[in-house]
Amino acid sequence: MSEIREKVDVCVVGAGHAGCEAALACARLGFETVIFTVSVDSIALMPCNPNIGGTSKGHLVREIDALGGEMAINIDKTFIQSKMLNKSKGPAVHSLRAQADKSEYSRAMRKVLENQDNLTIKQAEVCEILTEEFDSSSDSENCIASRRVTGIKTFTGAVYECRAVVLCTGTYLKARCLCGEAITNTGPNGLQAANYLTDSLKSLGIEMRRFKTGTPARMDGNTIDYSKMEEQFGDERVVPFSFNTDPEAVQIDQVSCWLTYTNQDTHDIIRANLDRSPIYAGIIEGTGPRYCPSIEDKVVKFADKERHQVFIEPEGIHTNEMYVGGMSSSLPEDVQLAMYRTVPGLENCKIVRNAYAIEYDCIDPRQLYPTLEFKDIKGLFSGGQFNGSSGYEEAAAQGLIAGINAALSLSGKDPVILDRSQAYIGVLIDDLVTKENFEPYRMMTSRAEYRLLLRQDNADLRLRQIGYEAGLVSEEVYQKTLDKKKMIEEEIIRLKNTVIGAARENQDFLAAHGSTALKTGTNLAELMCRPELTYEVLAKIDPKRMPLPADVIEQVEIEIKYEGYIERQMRQVEQYKKMEKKRIPADLDYNDISSLRLEARQKLIAFKPVSVGQASRISGVSPADISVLLIYLEKKRI
Amino acid sequence: MKTDTIAAIATALSDSGIGIIRVSGDEAVEIIDRIYRNKRNEKTLAKYDSHTIHYGYITEEEGAVIDEVMVSVMKSPRSYTTEDTVEINCHGGILMMRKILETVIKAGARIAEPGEFTKRAFLNGRIDLSRAEAVMDIIHAKNDFALQSSVKQLKGSVSDKVRNLRDDILYEIAFIESALDDPEHISLDGYHERLSEKTDMLMTELDKLLVSADDGRMLKEGIHTVIVGKPNAGKSSLLNLIVGEDKAIVTDIAGTTRDTLEEVVSLGGISLNIIDTAGIRSTEDVVEKIGVERAKKISVDADLILYVVDSSMPLDENDRDIIQLIQDKNTIILLNKSDLDEIVREEDVIREINRIRNDKTENALRVVRTSTKFDSGIEELIHLIKEMFFHGKISYNDEVYITNMRHKEAIQDAKDSILQVRKSLDMDMPEDFYSIDLMSAYASLGKIIGEEVGDDLVNEIFSNFCMGK
Repeated sequence: MSEIREKVDVCVVGAGHAGCEAALACARLGFETVIFTVSVDSIALMPCNPNIGGTSKGHLVREIDALGGEMAINIDKTFIQSKMLNKSKGPAVHSLRAQADKSEYSRAMRKVLENQDNLTIKQAEVCEILTEEFDSSSDSENCIASRRVTGIKTFTGAVYECRAVVLCTGTYLKARCLCGEAITNTGPNGLQAANYLTDSLKSLGIEMRRFKTGTPARMDGNTIDYSKMEEQFGDERVVPFSFNTDPEAVQIDQVSCWLTYTNQDTHDIIRANLDRSPIYAGIIEGTGPRYCPSIEDKVVKFADKERHQVFIEPEGIHTNEMYVGGMSSSLPEDVQLAMYRTVPGLENCKIVRNAYAIEYDCIDPRQLYPTLEFKDIKGLFSGGQFNGSSGYEEAAAQGLIAGINAALSLSGKDPVILDRSQAYIGVLIDDLVTKENFEPYRMMTSRAEYRLLLRQDNADLRLRQIGYEAGLVSEEVYQKTLDKKKMIEEEIIRLKNTVIGAARENQDFLAAHGSTALKTGTNLAELMCRPELTYEVLAKIDPKRMPLPADVIEQVEIEIKYEGYIERQMRQVEQYKKMEKKRIPADLDYNDISSLRLEARQKLIAFKPVSVGQASRISGVSPADISVLLIYLEKKRI
Repeated sequence: MKTDTIAAIATALSDSGIGIIRVSGDEAVEIIDRIYRNKRNEKTLAKYDSHTIHYGYITEEEGAVIDEVMVSVMKSPRSYTTEDTVEINCHGGILMMRKILETVIKAGARIAEPGEFTKRAFLNGRIDLSRAEAVMDIIHAKNDFALQSSVKQLKGSVSDKVRNLRDDILYEIAFIESALDDPEHISLDGYHERLSEKTDMLMTELDKLLVSADDGRMLKEGIHTVIVGKPNAGKSSLLNLIVGEDKAIVTDIAGTTRDTLEEVVSLGGISLNIIDTAGIRSTEDVVEKIGVERAKKISVDADLILYVVDSSMPLDENDRDIIQLIQDKNTIILLNKSDLDEIVREEDVIREINRIRNDKTENALRVVRTSTKFDSGIEELIHLIKEMFFHGKISYNDEVYITNMRHKEAIQDAKDSILQVRKSLDMDMPEDFYSIDLMSAYASLGKIIGEEVGDDLVNEIFSNFCMGK
């Protein structure tokens, strides 16, 4: 039997949000890349909520953009409503969220993929990862892998030889969808599941686990009575996601979302039918996420809450379908309909697509390096929900990093590893590969300990250089960031050096703005620290001011107003960095360190942390163990 | 924020003539200059050459002199740790050394972790490689011991208090964070006032804790003294006599005390932490059995054992069990019930003990004849304890002071963080700034009860607040 045999550089398995970023990164860095999907029509599919961004996820999208990824640009092209969340709170938690036109989003991303040099799209189910034995001692790098990737094999028997594979299988592996008693072995949205790859991965020694998530029903918009709901508008002035998008280009006519609430009738129906929920009946074995609980979960767990919010969101411009945010469910179809119809405005609703829960195979990501390469298999990378995360943005971020590192490893260059003080992406990946996780992982601002530094507004200043050095950010764009940085620094210095005396006109100015009078002279930066005085307000007593771009002024203002807090976090980061910089050789024999406690030794052997900092975050490793480790490393070094 | 300059008492914590406080790190000289002045009232350490020693005073911030000292300055890299190091030679005495260490901490240093000077010396290349293994062992042994003892020494009521405060703080952080993560579901309207009240409460409670740390009321201080003996030998009567009130239930039924009782008493200025235990005998009674087990466990950690022997009854298997248990401890044998017919004499007990003990020369045996019924022999007992203490036979557990100081440092850190929250509230900063310092306070208090932060916050958010789509 003859079969197709092709030779490429990189194979990306899956064309969701992670797969698209991974494939684009590899192709853009010059490697011949094939992206596989079970359905070309489902490229960059949004099978759940119709939005991109949101708290902390908006940060991820900005960071993806700064590094040279595609998600931000794509949503800027296809959004239909946009909002900056948390605007009344500190700049660190401002977060952009846009409603997407789902099918436009998918189409636009597909176009980008199609037009990308070095990239081929292939509709096929990948069934096997091909590997060969690998002698890591011959490898110049610090490597302990026992096998190396040589290619993949599809269901039809075609073989693609390659040097790196990026697994982005999302929720497709052995997927099972549940709608009450009705169970189908399909992926999201009724798409074909991938039933073979799991076994191939297991045979390579990869440990698999099973997670679960869910999605609410979609309604026919013509059957919804919006007069009983509160209209939710987008922002008057829209801010784009991408630092490259012209802000004027995103000032479009926006659509509205709608807010309504569940009530006691809704909850009664749910309670009366709990025994028919696959979760409560014990049919679902996977672990679901606590942050997007099904409506059943909410009603059971927060029994004293009288009502829950329900957001009705359009799925796109060219469809009537509406997403029912807040009411995901795996109850049977008849219960769903009855339950939805108790909600004001949904009394006569017709369901287009039922709500369902989905179970799928994924991995314990502690088998990965922070580069997202498997520790034991050289050339095998992974990203997205396959790694036990959840969310489009989390997936895209990992896909981008996995793709960049797959490409960099082929060129023999140092990988990109972002740490917790550099990016939300760093926090995301470090949490995934270091900590024990029992549910699909969602990004949250509270997970970022240095969040005052990791703002969505400064993602370009933080990460452009890294994207540039990796080769994904152009010289021109990078130069723009450098110029911006310079303008910010110069303006801050100027403000600090501009003396404001206690002269009459200055005192009058302060009084007019409800600010206390000056006893002695001060400078403009000091004045800006007062809550009532902004950069704009101070223009009056700052005649030498030159016009500056809005994004520069924003940075100047934040850095001056929150200087004390920012400095404190910078000092914490210094401490943190010290431990991150201490690398641990991959071949370190922990059994040789007799003073380590047994528990710590076992954990360290299992996880093979790359730095002392990472070791210190493993549960069960105490500060004393870290001291011992430091001394041992020092002893080895000399 | 604290610097990475560390301080510790370098000499034994006893009433010796001279004590040394060692300070090491980049800011060692700067920190000590804040609390040192010479005869001419100048703060001049920074000007002195390395390896010189200077007469002067350690003063409080307000300028009051704490002690007259000799301070030596050793500049990097020519010191034990190879960092800038300052050593304060002060008058010995536990109180004085503690006071000075506290002052140094207040001035900006932090308390050294167990073994940290040696660790730094090693990491800075000062100690030769052959000692690396030993250093690692020391660090582990010391840390494990410090952790164990710090949790063990904490009074139950104090750890409950700390736990409650932490729970309170965590709830607030979780509330703020869930509102930040899900602004469309959870609103922070009016939260400012609520948190303001909360910080008032937290400050009051933390101040109370600080006062009890100052008074040494947080820890079970004193000589760890355990009363053992077989049932109905009169252990509880003895405790009541020493304490001066009827704490323990006394009956003539053997096995009355089924659990341990604990009292702190001061005998002539020496603080004793006395624990009365259930009589040790083989028993079938489940509750009593647990008591006996616990008595055995407690005896292992004792600084001093008061072994009560019923002199009106012959020594038996139970006595031999007890002797087995206490053979290498500082022990005072109390021949009780001396008012009754004396069946067991001093020689009998000593012979029995020497028979069981391996090393016959160590720990001279001290015997006192008592009658708890007629209050006789107690004076002699107290005298004996004092004598043992002043001759250094028994001593306070050094770790208690260090533990106490660590706890105090942690409470102070928590308080500073709450103050910072207040400042943010006063300045009308956005809510996300509050949770940063609340988290620091939470982490600081965790150090007292030996708990790390981990995933506490995320779990708290999900268990208390209904979030998400």
